[in-house]
Amino acid sequence: MEKFVQIEKVGQTFDTKKGKFVALRDIDLSLKQGEFVALIGHSGCGKSTLLNLIAGLTRPTTGVLLCDGREIAGPGPERAVVFQNHSLLPWLTCFENIYLAVERVFGQKEGKPKLKARTQAAIELVGLAHAAHKYPHEISGGMKQRVGIARALSMEPKVLLMDEPFGALDALTRAKLQDELMKICEQTQATVVMVTHDVDEAVLLSDRIVMMTNGPAATIGEILEVKLPRPRDRLVLAHDPAYIDCRAAVLEFLYEKQAHVEKQAA
Amino acid sequence: MSTTLTMHGDFSGKTPVDREHTTQPAAPAKDTTMEKTATPAVASAGTPFAEILGAALRRALPPVLGLLLLVGIWYVATLKGGAIPGPVAVWDAATVLFADPFYNNGPNDQGIGWNVLSSLQRVGIGFGLAALVGIPLGFMLGRFAFLANMVNPLISLLRPVSPLAWLPIGLLVFQKADPAATWTIFICSIWPMIMNTAQGVQRVPQDYLNVARVLDLSEWKIVTKILFPAVLPYMLTGIRLSIGTAWLVIVAAEMLTGGVGIGFWVWDEWNNLKVEHIIIAIFIIGIVGLILEQALILLAKKLTKEAA
Repeated sequence: MEKFVQIEKVGQTFDTKKGKFVALRDIDLSLKQGEFVALIGHSGCGKSTLLNLIAGLTRPTTGVLLCDGREIAGPGPERAVVFQNHSLLPWLTCFENIYLAVERVFGQKEGKPKLKARTQAAIELVGLAHAAHKYPHEISGGMKQRVGIARALSMEPKVLLMDEPFGALDALTRAKLQDELMKICEQTQATVVMVTHDVDEAVLLSDRIVMMTNGPAATIGEILEVKLPRPRDRLVLAHDPAYIDCRAAVLEFLYEKQAHVEKQAA
Repeated sequence: MSTTLTMHGDFSGKTPVDREHTTQPAAPAKDTTMEKTATPAVASAGTPFAEILGAALRRALPPVLGLLLLVGIWYVATLKGGAIPGPVAVWDAATVLFADPFYNNGPNDQGIGWNVLSSLQRVGIGFGLAALVGIPLGFMLGRFAFLANMVNPLISLLRPVSPLAWLPIGLLVFQKADPAATWTIFICSIWPMIMNTAQGVQRVPQDYLNVARVLDLSEWKIVTKILFPAVLPYMLTGIRLSIGTAWLVIVAAEMLTGGVGIGFWVWDEWNNLKVEHIIIAIFIIGIVGLILEQALILLAKKLTKEAA
């Protein structure tokens, strides 16, 4: 499907004490089904705001967002979110955290054994079967984030929204999870929107990279197609000219075309 | 009658102030001592018995010294005689009193055990009713801003009122002393429970609520899976503050209402001029209050550990 998620003329204005603050303006973007899109830009450019709009957690001031032909009127399990800080409920085990989501989505149609099987499958997908009955505070940050991803995937969402999911992790864990995520996306053919500020991550994972201009009143600056064959291997790609070109293009956008506001801010 | 009035004035003036400023800071201090007792126990897996004993002695020494100091001062101060009996006289009276704590010679002459138990029963009923009303109300105030804006001014107005000021209303409505005392306990216990629960609900992290929104959970699931566990620690703080206050107030309330109860017993012994018994009562009230508070701290620790 060509236009699975459609964002049309979307703008977002916040009322603050100092008056109106225009966060986003004139956002036009459409996502194909099964596509992996990264949103990249300097901090404060409204990447997360755009993600929250797709999630339905906030409503746009102007314009309209559609998912699978229907207007996005609020949050819902068809657009699962992986939060930056995992947001697992500390009083539930990893299994129970995922089960809560599974039960919500499939509870009306399926019996308990089926729901448990789904939960188990999700936790195995991220390689955490051994930690299923541990509480979030008993496992590492990387594992928590994997549970967060498993929770989102377990709902079989139409779109998977990820808000800097690996931002708080160390480089090695991050690389490992990126590889896992690529495998999972290949298996599930998920449509993914991921907010990131990591150029390598964006190029490695995405089919398209949406580069945002600096805020306030941020909008889409450029969109880069990443035409690298899958499956992708980070070690091989490191010397691939196409990869290096993509990387250079994003860096150029971030540090030359959009650098001036950064200086202003500093 | 005039003496009753002075007692009344004393309590309504002091108790609300005292409970606010002593129970709250005292609670974290107790928490840390609890943690301290827990850590050596873990570390002592390989340490010899003598060392464990030494550590226990070192921990027990300051409180024991404090107690000895109190009794010492008391002993010296009462050495020359006077209205207040010394520790030895009180000890002798206590051994007689505790030899038979559960005798029953009619409504006005019962053993100390019955008196304490009836006070605890009144506290239990009043406190339980307050929890039944206060905790759900607190949830609603925390969840619905409109309701909170409506009720908060009323709470601010009524909360500083001494619970004893409500006693005549209770007597008038219930026509009986016993439910009136319970009513007083209800009134004084309900405020901390409402306020702490409401505060807990308002402080539930936005992340958890976002999870609820993305999953589109039903209101029932939100309450049972997210709000209740998140609010539990706040609720338990409210319960602990409430029970402390309730125990303070019951003594005063029973002095006014009579019947069977530790407060009435104190007043009765004053009328009989058995000052030893009044001092014993002070110790009993203190010890029961301490046990109630510690039990709730333990409960809170157990519940939050399970939840976390």
